[in-house]
Order: sequence, then C-alpha cells, then structure tokens
Amino acid sequence: MSRAMFWLPRDAAALAAGADDVAAALAAAAARRQLPLALLRNGSRGLLWLEPLLEVATPAGRAAFGPLEAGDVDRLVAAGLLDASIATRGLPEALAADPLHRGLTEALPYFARQRRITFARVGLVDPLSLDDYAAHGGWAGLDKALAMTPAAVVGEVVESGLRGRGGAAFPAGLKWKTVAAAPGARKAIVCNADEGDSGTFSDRMLMEGDPYALVEGMAIAAAAVGATYGVIYIRSEYPHAEATLREAIARATAAGHIGAALRGRGPAFRLDVRRGAGSYVCGEETALLESLEGRRGIVRAKPPLPAIHGLFGWPTVINNVITLASVPRILADGAQAYAAFGAGRSRGTLPFQLAGNLKQGGLVELPFGVTLRELLFDFGGGSRSGRPIKAVQVGGPLGPYVPESQWDVPIDYEAYSAVGATVGHGGIVAHDDTANLASLARYAMEFCAIESCGKCTPCRIGSTRGAEVVERLVAAPASQKAAQETLLRDLCDTMVAGSLCAMGGMTPFPVLSALDHYPEDFGLPRLAATGDT
Amino acid sequence: MPRGSAPRAPVGPVASEAERALLAQAVALHLPDIPAEVPGGSASVLLPILHHIQDALGFVPPALVPGIAAALSLSRAEVHGVLTYYHHFRSAPAGRHVLQICQAEACRANGAEDLMAHAGARLACAPGQTRADGAVTLEPVYCLGLCATGPAALVDGQLRARVSAATVDALAARFEGESS
Repeated sequence: MSRAMFWLPRDAAALAAGADDVAAALAAAAARRQLPLALLRNGSRGLLWLEPLLEVATPAGRAAFGPLEAGDVDRLVAAGLLDASIATRGLPEALAADPLHRGLTEALPYFARQRRITFARVGLVDPLSLDDYAAHGGWAGLDKALAMTPAAVVGEVVESGLRGRGGAAFPAGLKWKTVAAAPGARKAIVCNADEGDSGTFSDRMLMEGDPYALVEGMAIAAAAVGATYGVIYIRSEYPHAEATLREAIARATAAGHIGAALRGRGPAFRLDVRRGAGSYVCGEETALLESLEGRRGIVRAKPPLPAIHGLFGWPTVINNVITLASVPRILADGAQAYAAFGAGRSRGTLPFQLAGNLKQGGLVELPFGVTLRELLFDFGGGSRSGRPIKAVQVGGPLGPYVPESQWDVPIDYEAYSAVGATVGHGGIVAHDDTANLASLARYAMEFCAIESCGKCTPCRIGSTRGAEVVERLVAAPASQKAAQETLLRDLCDTMVAGSLCAMGGMTPFPVLSALDHYPEDFGLPRLAATGDT
Repeated sequence: MPRGSAPRAPVGPVASEAERALLAQAVALHLPDIPAEVPGGSASVLLPILHHIQDALGFVPPALVPGIAAALSLSRAEVHGVLTYYHHFRSAPAGRHVLQICQAEACRANGAEDLMAHAGARLACAPGQTRADGAVTLEPVYCLGLCATGPAALVDGQLRARVSAATVDALAARFEGESS
C-alpha cells in the first residue's frame, strides 16, 4: 500500500459541521497534486465536538484531526497530509505538530475509556459495505439464531437482561416471549426510530454508521417470534439516516441476507422503512402504530398490548433501534457476555449521549453504573461556556432535572428511579448557571401543548394550563406564590395520574424537579430540608 | 347522486393537471407497497403518498385531498386530519428560503432562544411565519439530532451545527441579496 488512507464521517453531525466541504477541499488538493485520494466516508466515532474529524491511517492506528474546516486542508496538505509514507512511517513532524492533530483516535481517553459493544463498528467501517460488515463480525448473531430453536433465541435475550433502550426499559426478552406465544397467522417487528427526545442521537448515529446491525437485530427478532414483516418507523428529521437504511435494506435483500429467506436458508422476512412526519408523540408505541396504519398519531388505550394486537392487528414486537441493534452481539457472544456488564438489574451497556452546554459533547457507550459526574466532567469536560453546570436533564424532555446533589448516584434504571430520576434513552443535557429553571419548566409544558395528541384531557388541557400557571407563579407577589405553587403541583399530580401515555404522564417530571430543586428560579424560598447545594 | 341531477360544482380550488398526475404517480408507486394480507390496509400508504407529493411540490395542495381520499378509500376528513395533524406537512408553499432553528432543550442550553429572537429581528419575520414578500419562512423545530453541537438549524433542508448570530446574519444577507 503506497498511499494514505483517510476516513471522514458521513454522519449528519459531521455534515452539519461542514464535512462535505472538508472532503471537497481534500479532493481538490489531491487533484492539484495529481495524487489518488483514498477517502472513506464512515460513521462518526462519537467525538462530536471534534467533528468534522478526519482520520488518516498510520502504522500505530488512525490519527485524528479536528474539528476541521475546509480552510485548514491546504495547511495540513502542505505539512504532508497526502504523503504516501504516512501509511508506513507515520505522520511527518510538521503534521504531527499541527494544533488540530489530536493523536490516535483510539488512544484518546474519551474513546479509550468506553466499552463499545453496540457501537463497536460505528466509525470503524464503511456503513454500507456488506464486506466490511461481515469482516467485523456481522451476521454471526443471526447465523447462531438460525441454528437454534426460536424459543432458545428468546431465552438468550431474556437471559442477557436486555431492556428497552428507548426509555421504558421493559425487558426485551419478555416482550419477545409474549409475541412468540401470541396466536396469529402473521406477526411483525416494528423498529421505533422516532428518536424525538432532545439530547439524544444514538439511534441516528447507529443507523447512519452501522445500519446492518439494526437489520440483523430485526431479522433475529423475526426468527425468534415467527414474524415475516418488519418496518422501521424513522422520523422525518433524519433524512440521512433514512437514506442509509433504505440503501442498506436494498443491499442486504439483494445479497440474500433478508427477504425471501434469512441468510438464504431461514424463514422469509421483508423489511420496509416508513417516514414519520414531525410528531413527537409518535415515539409512543401505540401512536407509532396508528401512524404506520395511516392515521393521526393518536395514542391507543392499552390493553390490548401491541405484543398481542399490534400493527394491523398482528402480534408485534416494537423495540427501539439500540435495543434491536444490541441483539446480534448478544447472540454472537452469548447472553452471559452481555449480562456480565452493568449494575443491579440494568445489564449491559448504554450509549450515553452528552449534549447541551458541554465542552466535549458526543456519544459514550459504557456499562450501567457510571455516575453523572463522571460523564459530565471526565468525558464531557465541563460546560462549553466555562460557567458552572447548574442543572442536567437526563432521559429526554420528559426526564427530571438532576441537581448536583444527585450527580454521584450510579446510573442504572433502579438507582435512578429511587431518587426520582429517569435514565430514559440515555440523553444528557447540561445547562450552565445562566439557565432559568422556571423558564425551562414553562417550556416543558409548552412543548407538551404543541405535541399532545389530544386524546386525553390531562395532557391536552393540562399542558396549556400548566404553562399559564408557571407564568403566574413566577409573576405572583410573595403573598400569592404559595397558592400558585399548590395549583401547579395539583395540576402535575392530575397529569401524572390521569394521562394515557408518558407524554402527559411525564411532562410534570421536569416541572416538579425544577420546582423542588431550583425554587429560587420561581421566586420561591429554598427549603433547607432539600439538602441541595 | 340521484340519477339525472346536474353534477355538483367542485368546492374550493381544483387540482391542476400536473398535480393530479403527481398523485397518480404517488399512488402507483406506493399502493403495491402494502404487505400482503393487511386488512383494509390501503390507508397505511397515506403518509408515504403525502410525503411523495410534498417532496415534489414543497407542500400538499388541499385541492388534492379528495383525489387522495378516493384513491385510498378514505374520507376527505380522514386525509385532511392526517395532513393537518403532522407538523411536517404543509398545506401551502413555504417561503423561497426556509430557516428552521431548533428550540429543544439541548439547543436552548446553548442559546437557541436568543438565536431565534435574533433571526426574527434580522429577517423581519416572526417565528412560525412566512414573510409577506414570500422571501423567507422562519420556523422552530424540535430536535434535529445534533444535540452535542448546537444550536442546530436547517437551512433550506441543509443541516447546520454551531449556529451563531453571525451565521444568521450571513444567511440573511444571502437571502436579501437574492430577493433584491
């Protein structure tokens, strides 16, 4: 090999930061020198604050440069970026000394300290290359599943302890077992790729960086429960992920991995992609089914459970992207290998997403049990603004704000639940001390009012009344604050207890946490008893 | 319709020939997509058909609603309900340029509220509105999945990370340059 090999992500976060401009500048520089350019567009390594992150192969591994702008390329090329000798002799001195050179990607503590299982291939491979996929362990899980009885496959998922990564954390194996046992001539696998929570992007990164992992996970689910039809419901805000998935499915079908017969010898499994249309509540599984059936995304009352009566009335497995994409490794390596990671009843790893006001935002896959403080400071590097971090919302717009007094609680589903917090989909949004929690509480109610499907009264009307009460509480003179606070707490109680789904049922969580932990932002006295700093 | 009565005049705007052809194309493309044995499943391709039309025209002409309903054995109310329920679908064309700024929590943590206010003032366009001269539409969006590199925005469908007031000013200058 006598030329340098480059990787530059095609991930939407890299594209949004100008990756295509960098690629064009690199191509132009190579053309001017009449040099061939071996540039592969990979998924993102997850060090998003360094995007666009260009990697070049050296004998020691991939060296990283970022965040790049197109204007940096000529300087790097002048320092030897296109030298063929990089592949054999490493970076020339001038290039190694460039301020945007970050060292070897996999030696960066941010990356080296992770435990990548579900995201093992993301950023490493060409996302759409079937050869790359097979060369990096792809299809091993499906092959193993096809050699087992369906019941044994379900048993393996049960034993792994895998729980729904979309946020509800329901045991995946139990859901599969219900569908497998449900009577029905046809069954379906639905992938919930309606990743609408602010602060979350792991589904998007997985679909853009390793789409075949999701395809394989869905195929394993299909074989396990006897489903012949699968559909991925992806939000309209993710056009790049959608295009990647459609291409991946076409290629996997043409190559005989799915379609008429799984891996050319198993049962039939057809897989489709359907695009959502900008409705947050369609991330709720029954609203998602309504949308797939061509209706407004109105939440259904449960029972019947989708596992019994789901898409088109068929018994249906609905799982999140990360849940399904975690399955191939569980099958390939065995349930025990996956269950060996984690804490308490939260087994395996979670791809945490560090977002908001953080210096080093990105994706960090770690076993459960890490603390928020480690994530915020050891990985996130503290706030981007340089100001103290005041509040952290974990688990999306419906998750409570976690005050500093709780930052040392190990993150697992039960431990978080015990302090009134939620792990959700693993999104972590940091706010610095300029944030006003009363304003964020009002926003939570306003967002619920915008996105409520309208089926149940506490959510439909409570959200609008909630935004009004927060406003009145903030504006009220001291003598009337208590009355407004009581009203707000009563309203939240009604929404929590009386809403049909998590939209209305959890919107009060951020509101109440703001009220409990940051009362001064509402003009209320801080009670000594809360123990917060 | 009772035999012999005169055909009722269509209510509201009438779809153009090109719009009707687009609908026929969308139906032909997506109707076969329904998996076998779906009971009364033609409605399940309603969203794909609406997307097909909006991808081509930038909006879904209300005049096409009766045709869509007829093609999928739905009522016009059902189609209208879906079209107006989902934030993504437009019933009227947007401005020549569309600036969508994320207003969800992760972008708010990096100043997305101030950015929206700045964009509104700089573009002389209220959020959620299309300016009277049709040059620009300014809209909030709620999460583009770029939460580590916010504030995020979509500029005429192109993703942008780390958007600043200066970014908005440069865009505004570009938009104004084209419209004068």
